[in-house]
Amino acid sequence: MSRAFPAARLCGVAHSTSPPPRPASPGALAELLEEHAYLCDDGLATACFLALRMGRPLFLEGEAGVGKTELAKTLARVLGAPLIRLQCYEGLDASQALYDWDFPRQILHLRAAEAAGATDAARLEGELYDRRFLLARPLLRALETSPSVLLVDEVDRADDEFEAFLLEVLGDFTISVPELGTIRAETPPVVVVTSNRTREVHDALKRRCLYHWLEHPDFDREVAIIRRRLPDAADRLAGQVARAAATLRAADLLKPPGVAESLDWTEALVALGARDLDPDTAALTLGAVLKYREDRDRGLAALFDGR
Amino acid sequence: MRDIVETVAGFARTVRAAGVRADLERVRAMLAALDHLDVLDPRDVYWAGRLTLCADPEDLPRYDRCFAAYFSGRTAVPGPRQAPPPVVRSVRVAPPVPDPPSGGDAESGDVRVTSASGAEVLRHRDVSRLGPEERAEINRLIALLAASAEPRRSRRLVPASAGRLDPGRTVREALRRGGEPVVLRRRGPRTRPRRLVLLVDVSGSMTPYADALLRFAHAAVRASGARRVEVFSVGTRLTRLTRELGARDPDAALRAVAAAIPDWSGGTRLGAELKEFLDRFGQRGTARGAVVVIASDGWERGDAALLGEQMARLARLAHRVVWANPHKARPGYAPLTAGMAAALPHLSAFTSGHSLAALEDLARLIGDPGHA
Repeated sequence: MSRAFPAARLCGVAHSTSPPPRPASPGALAELLEEHAYLCDDGLATACFLALRMGRPLFLEGEAGVGKTELAKTLARVLGAPLIRLQCYEGLDASQALYDWDFPRQILHLRAAEAAGATDAARLEGELYDRRFLLARPLLRALETSPSVLLVDEVDRADDEFEAFLLEVLGDFTISVPELGTIRAETPPVVVVTSNRTREVHDALKRRCLYHWLEHPDFDREVAIIRRRLPDAADRLAGQVARAAATLRAADLLKPPGVAESLDWTEALVALGARDLDPDTAALTLGAVLKYREDRDRGLAALFDGR
Repeated sequence: MRDIVETVAGFARTVRAAGVRADLERVRAMLAALDHLDVLDPRDVYWAGRLTLCADPEDLPRYDRCFAAYFSGRTAVPGPRQAPPPVVRSVRVAPPVPDPPSGGDAESGDVRVTSASGAEVLRHRDVSRLGPEERAEINRLIALLAASAEPRRSRRLVPASAGRLDPGRTVREALRRGGEPVVLRRRGPRTRPRRLVLLVDVSGSMTPYADALLRFAHAAVRASGARRVEVFSVGTRLTRLTRELGARDPDAALRAVAAAIPDWSGGTRLGAELKEFLDRFGQRGTARGAVVVIASDGWERGDAALLGEQMARLARLAHRVVWANPHKARPGYAPLTAGMAAALPHLSAFTSGHSLAALEDLARLIGDPGHA
């Protein structure tokens, strides 16, 4: 038996009353994202546009630090919807991702009923499995909040059994609670799933999604991103950092820097009041970019030995 | 102009032929995506297909090639193809020769005894010196070796007799007894096998053993599934073989492997290969906390210092590193090759893997560190 429950609106979530923007083309969406300081290329704009239009989850893969998580955050801001984040880790299970029963409250309810002299056992049991004793974890919360943006971050870290939970949720946007029935999303949330490819995610999950592989941005775009994110950085400094980041990415390191690292690096340089990226300031701030000792020496050599 | 559905279906067929898993559901998704985009804009068509048909970064160059070929009206150009794959010796298992009509019971008893001791001898024979029938018998026995790595504690909790309190089950039990928590239920961490990573050297000097080792890898993949076991071939190019080894039939799997390995019986650049493995897979997570087995004779043509450096890196990432060198069993063997000497300090175990018995040993070693 499966009773369909209309999703209850969460109280206390303040939404803007204006309807969420509905961009007419990938280009329009790219402009909206740019307004919120996220610069994307054609491919990513089309991917997001289709994700919104088709109601399909967006599966993003790419090196660490290319802006996968940031995209979900920005989408939430563009749509004026709350971001609900599920950080995956090994051992994540249904009670932490979907829902859990509030056992202490159930016991309290029982005791209170007992004290009041309630004797109708069947009615009492029916009351115990009521929506108010159900704790919503991120996936259920996302289905019940509309509109919302659901970020399932680093899905490759969760173990493969967890993907089976995700299949139901992302396939039909329903969650079945055996004691309660099936909870269905009024309007499906916008879903962004990210993976760093530490293992292969099951094809059944990918098939339900739009798949996009994110690359490091090219030089011009990276300069634009740095300028947009850190208005305090001078054009020249932004260019030097972007060029240095490109050099480091080509320099065969254990962990090539992503855009996130370029931004950290520029921020560090700006904080120190540096106007130029020279060997001294680079050596001082390289810890913002390269996090391995072996990389540090190799990176400095790649940056400044050629001159 | 041709019908869109027809065009897209034809395109999907081309993409599938290039090795991308563009199944029917994905084709339908591409059509749905095109509904929202401009069908006449090549860029939109390109992205609609790429976002829906591809599922892996390795699919992208294939997709690009097909897209360029299909929509420019030419037939698809197959990617750079290697010379015909070397055939793995995949001898059909010969039906056992029927015993000659025997005279009496005593004689047939004798036959059984000799074949049993024959199997025992065979167990210790070097796999590089087997005849086709013996090889078939050994292959059959290797297929039964289900190597699985030692367990680790997972974070997931399962009911246990001792451990932390399990509020859910305790309360459910209490509800059944009128709200009185009579029995306390507990839960504790579950154990799961660690990931097993096999790097099999397929260079010229390892050719006699590569087949047996790949069959060993196939048995491990079949036993634990492709998520718990990862297999790569090393030589001059790193090739991921996990998907190919997923086939049920060992011979079919090995034929797929032979087709996938571009550098069969080539040279060895172990250091560079290991670096590529760690850069592309190992450091991201494949090697983290895993039991890593390297099956190679350690003949390094490249820089042994690089191999030493990468072995140190691997040892820091992996739970245990086991090296199986088939030449180790030869009388008078000492790990004197530069590569072997550089790797030795970073190993948890050094074994042989040249015969069935040695492979059984290797399987035990993978599953249990206490086993010497």
